[in-house]
Amino acid sequence: MKQFTSNPFYKFILFPIGQMAVFIFGASLALSVLIILLAYIFRSTITSNFDLVERTLLILPQVLINGITIGFVYATIALGYTMVYGVLEFINFSHSEIFMVGGIVGVELMAYFDHTGALETMNQYVVIAMAVLLAMIISGTLAVTIERIAYKPLRNAPRLVPLISAIGMSFFLQDAVRLILSLTTGEFNVILPNFGTFDEFLVLSVPGIEAPLRFQIKSILLIGVAVVMLVGLNFLVNGTKIGKAIRAVAQDRPSASLMGINVNLIISITFLVGGALGGAAGVLFALKVTRLDPFVGFFPGLKAFTAAVLGGIGNLTGALLGGLVLGLLESFGASYLSIFTNGAFGAEYKDILAFAVLILVLILRPSGLLGQTVAQKA
Amino acid sequence: MKRLSTLLSVLVLASMVLAACGGGATPTAAPATEMPATEAPATEMPATEAPATEMPATEAPAVIGSGTIKIATQSPLSGGQSLLGVAIKQGAELGLEQLGGDLKAMGFDVQLAPYDDQATPDVGVANAKNIVADSEILCGVGHLNSGVMIPSSEEYHTAGLAFVSPANTNPVVTTRGYLEVNRVVGRDDVQAPAAEEYAFTTLGAKTVYVIHDKTAYGQGVAEFFRTAAEEDGIEVVAFEGTEETSNFDAIVTPLVAANPDVVFFAGIYNQAGVFFKQAREGGYEGTFLGTDGMDSSDLAELAGDALTAGGGMAYTTVAGPVSAYPKAATFATDYEAKFGALPEAYAAQAYDSMGVCLTAIKNAAEAAGGTPTRTQVAEAIRALTYEGLTSTIAFDDIGDLPTAKYFIIKVNANSADTWNTNEIIDSFDLPSPGQ
Repeated sequence: MKQFTSNPFYKFILFPIGQMAVFIFGASLALSVLIILLAYIFRSTITSNFDLVERTLLILPQVLINGITIGFVYATIALGYTMVYGVLEFINFSHSEIFMVGGIVGVELMAYFDHTGALETMNQYVVIAMAVLLAMIISGTLAVTIERIAYKPLRNAPRLVPLISAIGMSFFLQDAVRLILSLTTGEFNVILPNFGTFDEFLVLSVPGIEAPLRFQIKSILLIGVAVVMLVGLNFLVNGTKIGKAIRAVAQDRPSASLMGINVNLIISITFLVGGALGGAAGVLFALKVTRLDPFVGFFPGLKAFTAAVLGGIGNLTGALLGGLVLGLLESFGASYLSIFTNGAFGAEYKDILAFAVLILVLILRPSGLLGQTVAQKA
Repeated sequence: MKRLSTLLSVLVLASMVLAACGGGATPTAAPATEMPATEAPATEMPATEAPATEMPATEAPAVIGSGTIKIATQSPLSGGQSLLGVAIKQGAELGLEQLGGDLKAMGFDVQLAPYDDQATPDVGVANAKNIVADSEILCGVGHLNSGVMIPSSEEYHTAGLAFVSPANTNPVVTTRGYLEVNRVVGRDDVQAPAAEEYAFTTLGAKTVYVIHDKTAYGQGVAEFFRTAAEEDGIEVVAFEGTEETSNFDAIVTPLVAANPDVVFFAGIYNQAGVFFKQAREGGYEGTFLGTDGMDSSDLAELAGDALTAGGGMAYTTVAGPVSAYPKAATFATDYEAKFGALPEAYAAQAYDSMGVCLTAIKNAAEAAGGTPTRTQVAEAIRALTYEGLTSTIAFDDIGDLPTAKYFIIKVNANSADTWNTNEIIDSFDLPSPGQ
């Protein structure tokens, strides 16, 4: 048994994927059961020309797919917040802009291929891989640069000071990108070129269910890439020497430095990894929504931050769980609110529902779903 | 500590350099005054010779004033709606250049003062305070968004400064009865029922899904549409407001489940384009319908084939394509020559608004025998009849056109380059409902 658990394949690939599957399955199941129950309870009270239970079941698969897809985007961004928090104990609010920069860089690369005509001949998955890779490099480098310029000089200042610096950096990046875009392309919107078969559907007929399940290829791609990156991150943090050093710095910076760990380097690596994940998430997000602009990072960033808090900030598994739960909650809220309230509350109230749940969780478990109560470090 | 301060100063310096670059290349909120063209039309030039004969020529305006007169524009020059906002500014700029000769001959230096309202009410009101504080501004052209125009015009009203709107369609813009607020286009309480009429009779819609952008314009249009639809017996399966601009899953899933005949989107193209694309990807096959906020080539850039797939897309507008106005042919070529792009919607309306401003200032100056007051200009606007590119403009007692033109346009474009292939299905003149 011991031999089996220490097998790296099990430990670094099977276990995290299994964990994700459990999270997805558990959260989906809990919410689905709840919504179906509610549908049966309110079936007679709602006077519409459609049956509430029938309609609920009809859109349920799509709602789940949407929630999981956006949940993975949130989880990938949330990891950036939670890693930096784990190491430096402050919220890196410029992470939402790193996410945005990654997305814009990726889309601009694809637009460049489109412009030169290379896009039609290239394999679509190679294009996406190149865009993701470039976005990861640029966003990672940007995150490290920001840390050096805006946070490192403030490392011994009171904790609010780097927070303000981060917010300032966030505004700076938004307008810098807007300026660069208006000087180069002259366009405010960055539009994903049309290519490949990503918009098509994989139709799956399940016996017993009337409407076939429709998976959009780009949703599957998005989830796939996110899973690969999350597994990679898990390996990096738990299976390598660098990861050990990151964990050591997170636990106790002075002691880690006494043990011969180069703390500055480790902090830079943390930002590099977090930024690269954010950049990749930006490209995936762009693939999903097809349009970006310099201010697009704000809401996903805020949601991802919420996800990190929901799961227990500083905890990598927590960020993953938080992202998925938030994505699903939002998707359920958005799709069912208007059906259940007969149009009185529309999709616009989805965030209120998601944040109400966040507040409830934080009242009951102040450290988040998977967070441990950590004594405040001096 | 020393390193920190060096670093900070470098950052500050860098941002200043960036800001300085930005001023030249991008439109900013600051009132960058622009010089109108120096040459006045040759026919209107004898002003300088006239006084010598002691009998001023009746046709040419006499030199009666001096000093600077500014005409403001307010529209979104940056951000997602800047394509239309810049068109308004450029239309007005061209108007000032070509029609400002009379005022120049009268001895005034006429300048344009463009402001960027960023399609945001707060910014619009802040700019409005700046505009009314500048005593040289006697008239204004703007805005694009009713939601920005309504609060900003409270400032204009207090200061007595007249504004002519090239694009605002929400009824409240004029129904407050302010002397200072005028518009050269139609109204949503006519436009939205026209869209509904099209959905009901031409498309034969039985169910409709209404989405709006929660602005004064979008929600207003959506409500007029809903009222009209309910009167005709069309079932409104949902009435949703959303400020979302990127991920529309939340609306698309229930929309596809409800599968309405028509989706009516009351909002602006930058949001609608993304939504249309995602709705088609989600499997919706019906018809999209919109109002004048859709009238921009960026819509086709954003939505692509989604506009022509399935049941296609159509919109009503108060500002038809420039080709719909016979008198605007020269305007279109001049505009393209000057700005290197075809005029977007509202550019011709902005040109006319500028024409109204200039004529009113000229009339008021002649009556006053010198630089007129703002109130005199505002009254002159209500008194005049101006032969514009888009129509003969004469305002009623609340600043509306007694009869305005409305168009129904079917979109054939799937990219920005083909936007002018859109086809006018119908156009009609309808009276303003008044106050």
